[in-house]
Amino acid sequence: MRIPILKLHNYLLISIQMDLDDQTAIQFQEDLLRKIHESGATGVVIDLTSVDIIDSFIAKVLGEVVSMSSLMGAKVVLTGIQPAVAMTLIDLGIHLQDVPTALDLEQGLIKLRQELED
Amino acid sequence: MDFQSCVTITKEWDIVGARQLGRDIAKKIGFGTVDQARIATAISELARNIYLYAGTGKICFETMDNLNSKGLRIIAIDNGPGIQDLTQVMTDGFSTSGGLGAGLPGVRRLMDEFDVHSQEGEGTEINVVKWLR
Repeated sequence: MRIPILKLHNYLLISIQMDLDDQTAIQFQEDLLRKIHESGATGVVIDLTSVDIIDSFIAKVLGEVVSMSSLMGAKVVLTGIQPAVAMTLIDLGIHLQDVPTALDLEQGLIKLRQELED
Repeated sequence: MDFQSCVTITKEWDIVGARQLGRDIAKKIGFGTVDQARIATAISELARNIYLYAGTGKICFETMDNLNSKGLRIIAIDNGPGIQDLTQVMTDGFSTSGGLGAGLPGVRRLMDEFDVHSQEGEGTEINVVKWLR
């Protein structure tokens, strides 16, 4: 399974709408980096509104994708993390402290625009 | 014990299958969305440990319905190499697989009861319970 990556001006938009298995997560990591390279995108929003579980592996992949994209010069914001997912992540001991987040897609785009204009 | 079903873990996709079944059972028992997420996440961690360290094993579910409490028991069983140092694997941040090291200590925090038995060379059995509040 592949997660679709949409391009909008110089942003990439991703809405994850499936129960992520490890292979799909790793494939997504590769696909996103390739797409950043091809498109020259400077900002990425990964929307997690429809994701109802993030375990330690998926959290690791998401954290890594933020760092990897940053190495390539693209800023990533994670949006729409559900209350239950946020509570579970903290119970797990995963704080994702260096990962930029926003409430929803709209706030995520605002955050990207602010950070990229600075 | 009222009901028991098991999911065999042999391939990576079984991790997703196990947590989906676990979530469905948790929902039927009456757990809310947050506890459903906790239970599904705990199952995911337990199933991934089986897949990564033992190769194959199974995750079993038992709904518990006593006079005054309802709950879900999850048992993860494998015949893998066993855990050498239990204190080490229960420490946050310890991992031999390049993971975050959040697995077992995380599962203990997500669930209400946590019990692990492991014999080197014979396998591991992890027994966890979440009670309905």
